[in-house]
Amino acid sequence: MTAPVVVADKLTRHYEVKRGLFAAPGIVKAVSETSFTLEPGKTLAIVGESGCGKSTLARVITMIEEPTSGSFSIGGVTAGPDTQAQLRTDVQIVFQDPYGSLNPRQRIGSILEEPLKINRPKMSAAERTAKAREMLALVGLRPEHFDRYPHMFSGGQRQRIAVARALMLEPKVLVLDEPVSALDLSIQSQILNLLVDLQERMGLAYLFISHDLSVVKHMADDIIVMYLGRPVEMGPKDLVFAHPRHPYTKALLSATPVADPKGARQRIKLEGELPSPLNVPPGCAFAPRCWKAEARCRAERPELEGAPQSAACFFPEG
Amino acid sequence: MPLLELRNLSVDFATASGPFRAVDGVDVSVDKGEILAIVGESGSGKSVSMLAMMGLLPWTATVTADVMNFDGKDLRQLSPKARRKIIGKDMAMIFQEPMSSLNPCFTAGYQIKEALRLHLGLDAKARQKRAVELFEMVGIPAPEERLKAFPHQLSGGMNQRVMIAMAIACNPKLLIADEPTTALDVTIQAQILDLLTGLQRDTGMALILITHDMGVVAETAERVSVQYAGQKVEEQPVADLFATPHHPYTSALLAALPERATERHLPTIPGVVPGQFDRPEGCLFSPRCKFADDRCRTVPPVPASADLGFARCHYPLSVSAEAEA
Amino acid sequence: MAETTASTPTAAVARPGRLREFWYYFRENRGAVMGFWVFAAFIVVALFAPWIAPHDPSQQFRDHLLQPPFWQEGGSLAFPLGTDALGRDMLSRLLNGARYSFYVGIVVVAFAATGGIIIGLIAGFAPKWLDTIIMRIMDIVLAFPSLLLALVLVAILGPSLTNAMIAIAIVLQPHYVRLTRASVMSERSKDYVTAAKVAGAGTVRLMFVTVLPNCLSPIIVQGALSFSTAILDAAALGFLGMGAQPPTPEWGTMLAEAREFILRAWWVVTFPGLAILITVLAINLMGDGLRDALDPKLKRS
Repeated sequence: MTAPVVVADKLTRHYEVKRGLFAAPGIVKAVSETSFTLEPGKTLAIVGESGCGKSTLARVITMIEEPTSGSFSIGGVTAGPDTQAQLRTDVQIVFQDPYGSLNPRQRIGSILEEPLKINRPKMSAAERTAKAREMLALVGLRPEHFDRYPHMFSGGQRQRIAVARALMLEPKVLVLDEPVSALDLSIQSQILNLLVDLQERMGLAYLFISHDLSVVKHMADDIIVMYLGRPVEMGPKDLVFAHPRHPYTKALLSATPVADPKGARQRIKLEGELPSPLNVPPGCAFAPRCWKAEARCRAERPELEGAPQSAACFFPEG
Repeated sequence: MPLLELRNLSVDFATASGPFRAVDGVDVSVDKGEILAIVGESGSGKSVSMLAMMGLLPWTATVTADVMNFDGKDLRQLSPKARRKIIGKDMAMIFQEPMSSLNPCFTAGYQIKEALRLHLGLDAKARQKRAVELFEMVGIPAPEERLKAFPHQLSGGMNQRVMIAMAIACNPKLLIADEPTTALDVTIQAQILDLLTGLQRDTGMALILITHDMGVVAETAERVSVQYAGQKVEEQPVADLFATPHHPYTSALLAALPERATERHLPTIPGVVPGQFDRPEGCLFSPRCKFADDRCRTVPPVPASADLGFARCHYPLSVSAEAEA
Repeated sequence: MAETTASTPTAAVARPGRLREFWYYFRENRGAVMGFWVFAAFIVVALFAPWIAPHDPSQQFRDHLLQPPFWQEGGSLAFPLGTDALGRDMLSRLLNGARYSFYVGIVVVAFAATGGIIIGLIAGFAPKWLDTIIMRIMDIVLAFPSLLLALVLVAILGPSLTNAMIAIAIVLQPHYVRLTRASVMSERSKDYVTAAKVAGAGTVRLMFVTVLPNCLSPIIVQGALSFSTAILDAAALGFLGMGAQPPTPEWGTMLAEAREFILRAWWVVTFPGLAILITVLAINLMGDGLRDALDPKLKRS
């Protein structure tokens, strides 16, 4: 077993939101006490529905936002204000929306060169251009694309450019925030293949954020299932998909439509809606929608338990 | 006679750089009480063809069709006013974004009652009663209170339920759902799809489900029509389509599903959907098709027979999907 | 209505360039196109006035005081639009006046826009307290009637065309600040800005290299519209004796000089007034067209 490249320890990120002029500010607990490790060359997927905190976690790991409490390290260096410059090149991100993530007024070439211009000021212009062109070829775009503007590209091509930009600094960790959910099915598989190739070639560690379980099942080595800011289940992909232990994971799996009209399945119907992250229920956050919930679930919060597949539930399956 | 019949429907848009054909000779027919899914990627013209049928496109669009019949009426002959009377009453539509489909300035109750007043002419008391009834039908808890709520006070799933309630308010014969669950979470998506199929079963209305999600299609539809770059390339009952796709596009699309993957590398469809500026001469799929030859690249194919799924292909496939992958 | 579906168009249409697309949308607004041509003519006149004008604008023809335009009795083609009370040729003065108006417009817009954009960018990126201070100051400037404030400023600085321009630039600046700040705020939350941040870009780079180029469209529109405001305000100040001083052939000043002859010689007031009206109207029409063409929210496709 290799040394992990990312170690996160009880990461927490809370936001204060104003609620009118006189009300006390509310606290959105976007992410609470989330710990995980990520090894080089592996993919850790974080799945969950909207508001579960998966994108906030991505932003914390990418150092766009600071954690409220808890800490994480990349390559053994603990992230903080002092090490920000040092770690900047080690972690990069690819966003969901390929239309919003590229500067519409910059040519592709200068989009790719920008990270080098900022972080490697000693590099000569010719060297920079050579590297950018090399990267363009690596993600499967043609040399003549170098001087074009983003609006001339389709969504899939833009996502390739976004991946290329993220890789310009040769990061150790790539955070992929829903990288294919804005793409068409026929394009999605191209991008997924590209990501698989790049990972094998460069030994990248992926933090793969997604709500699409079929994509996650294809890409991930390990999975964290989050619900309202906390991980409810964590473990190797095969175990989690085959035998989900947390009721929420089970419901999520059964709610995902399968492209097989013959396989009539019994769906677990979840009642109700996701509670607002502004007032997370005490005890187990899933208790109000859970068919197994008892008085204890509503009063006490279960901790993640079990290895290698841990679940935060008092009555786990299997 | 089918409830809705469109033959050779085409839609052209006038754009900054000349005309653009968004829908190209599409046929649609739906019977009473049937669920038809229209599947396609972005730019396949699946939403545009339905909007064209309802007369909801902007003035830059030119719509042509050989046949455009709904419920025995020829929609092409109707005045815009007469057409508007049908839309919302006998034919209703729900959209992808429940948040922006409702007017944020009015309560959910006001908006649904307005629809009832316009189309059915009910008095205030009857409207209230019917609105509560409808909210109960679509599974909104505490309907009296929710009637007074503004759209921003409701979640995405609740808003979509309100939209559905408004759509079925006048007992439509046809409901068109344009990506009704794309903006929703998986667990909520399952609730809404169950609701739609349940309502369809109970009221006997026809349902056209526009989507890009093969999983949703497999679990909801009875018949599937696949569109590509504005053309219908294939149409089959759902089980047959997933078992033996006849058009290479359908086959490749199914093979590209991550859940059907057998190895780490997914089968892909090279290239992109042709846009306004790179429409090929022959078969529109030919530049991306692994079976394409010179005939495909020069001669546009015509739909094949019914047992080949009307596949718009010179060489329709007839092997099962599993063998193909 | 029915139409046989012909085969797909075979000739691939070239993707239009940005300029062509801009022109397509601009062209749809007929008033804007007319405004554009009038404005173009105005620029040509302003640039070549000394060569186009038949006479020197300050040369006095003592034999031809208050001569009417050529189509009226007593007029002559030597002075097509007549002469003023000192015998100067109206046409020559109007043509040369275009230079001053053009000059005022350019200088005022340049100063107001540069200052406004920089302050707006700072406000958009600054911490909340600094942003609040900047915007409250701008609100105070905006609370005064603009012409009144300009008058006060000129009264302090002393009446001259330069001071009038400074005053107008200061008065117009808050519009740019607000506009820039609003666009910066909406651009800042977009993913490409975050991506630049993740790439390590500092605040200054984010402000000027990443965000500013994407905020320019509304600022260009505002620039066109305040060009006309500047001309109008300069003319108003000139009319009140606080702008350009006689004998400068500035349109507003010309109006002021000719005030006493309104009843006797209609042409001395009408023509400068018309010149101001046509120029300002043309620029405003053009500005509306620019807004239609540049604002993606108004685009039809």
